[in-house]
Amino acid sequence: MSDALTIAAHALREAVRRRVLLVVALLTAVFLGLYALAAFEAFDSLEQTSASGFIPIDERALAGGTLLGLAMFVALFLGVVLAVFLTLGAVRGDAERGLLQPLVVRPVGRTTLLIGRLLAASAVCAPYVVAVFLVAVLITQAAGDFMPASLIVPAAGLALGVVTVVAISLLGSTVLGTTANGIAIFMVFATGLAAGLLGQIGEALDVDGLTTASSLISWIVPFEALYQNGLHALTADIGGATGVIVQLGPFGGASDTSAAIWPWALAWSAAVLALAALAFRRRDL
Amino acid sequence: MTAALSARGLSKRYGNTTALGGVDLEVEPGELVGLLGPNGAGKSTLVKIACGLVRPTAGKAHVAGAPAGSRVARASTGYLAELFRFPGWACAEEVLALHQRLARSDGGAAEREGLLARVGLAGEGGRRVETMSKGMQQRLGIAQALIGDPRLVLLDEPTSALDPGGRRTVRDLLVGLRDQGVGVLLNSHLLSEVELVCDRVVIIDGGRVVTEGRPEDLTASGGVEIETSEGVRRLPTRAARTSRRSFASWWPKAPRSTASTR
Repeated sequence: MSDALTIAAHALREAVRRRVLLVVALLTAVFLGLYALAAFEAFDSLEQTSASGFIPIDERALAGGTLLGLAMFVALFLGVVLAVFLTLGAVRGDAERGLLQPLVVRPVGRTTLLIGRLLAASAVCAPYVVAVFLVAVLITQAAGDFMPASLIVPAAGLALGVVTVVAISLLGSTVLGTTANGIAIFMVFATGLAAGLLGQIGEALDVDGLTTASSLISWIVPFEALYQNGLHALTADIGGATGVIVQLGPFGGASDTSAAIWPWALAWSAAVLALAALAFRRRDL
Repeated sequence: MTAALSARGLSKRYGNTTALGGVDLEVEPGELVGLLGPNGAGKSTLVKIACGLVRPTAGKAHVAGAPAGSRVARASTGYLAELFRFPGWACAEEVLALHQRLARSDGGAAEREGLLARVGLAGEGGRRVETMSKGMQQRLGIAQALIGDPRLVLLDEPTSALDPGGRRTVRDLLVGLRDQGVGVLLNSHLLSEVELVCDRVVIIDGGRVVTEGRPEDLTASGGVEIETSEGVRRLPTRAARTSRRSFASWWPKAPRSTASTR
């Protein structure tokens, strides 16, 4: 385990020295600044209009639920960007550059190298997405006195979701070069998101085929199921027409997911990492 | 005494290409063996199998009695690749400290400073790799290969980027390692370097050992006694001339040997 921690510390030091974390921090500050502007503007405009219409809508809940759904999406997206950047060249990319061989010949073990990289990326990305989400919650609360129904489920879903992306990226890095792996991971991410949106459409139109396909893909790439589950938990206490509108919106979670998603995501990540280790062990460097 | 490196029938195929076609090789403790051959002969493949970067298709290799590539073998091996890089953002001290931890060496700062001094980088511990010349990085690479007092040191073109002074430093270092009982396998294109320091030279071509012997014997005008896995054999004169021609064709300026004809 100490070897894995040594590799993890080395990877973290690299992220700091290469100013990766600084750039991410600056971009995150920009996003949160824009989010704050949008949240305050949105809730201010709600106070200036009065609710009217045949169907009563809780506009504050609608705004709050939608904004926090957006915040979850952006947090996951930024977390995925960071996760991919930290791991996309971990094996083949570093081997092509000659960085990997001096480490592999040490008595550290290739699997340990991968575990170290997983630890480093997860230690950065998981707290990062949770922090971005929680700051967005605080901003939303300050702007519109709106608190989501759940904090833990969305935050934990984001954290575990980004760890699954780290595992996928490490697996991809054992067979793909840096650029190809980056493209592949983002395509997988986009596929997962698209599946989630199709599921939303299926729920809205009551098309079982769409919801089933969406659910299946969400479990194949569990970050999507965790994300959808978190979106649903955000606004689970918003009832009536408002709840329907929020949950069927682009940043809403129309249905919750079985509690089995948590052990499934953990086991899935372990299996993907095991596959990466197998591919790495068989690779001539 | 257990050989520092022992290879028996080593073969490696990449699809339809045979990189190694059954190589027998031994490096004894305290022996400095030069590995020579043209581009694509299989020299680097052999070295990579010895340090566990490449899996052989057939045959076996052992380092200090342990299967090549095993944890025990890697703990006994120091390796400098022909094409290597260290993270540009790290300084020399950090690179060596990382390899000390991975090699379980408890030499601490004293070992790092000592190694840097041995390779001519004394006082450069705080210098970042990205600000180092290629020659300085190569010296750092040699230093990291010596961490943890390995029993076998594998050096793939260790002097390619060094100036004459640097090459002399490395030659002295290699002789010092040999005198300490370390087995060294030196892969180099520079015949002059090999001749000056190696106890024995192995010539590889087309994935096979063509001939091996003392450097001066391979360039002698008469026959040659060659150590093989079957024992000592006297290479016939015609074959000796052929091997010398092949030898000389790669290095046409190889000096004449003054050794007497056997």
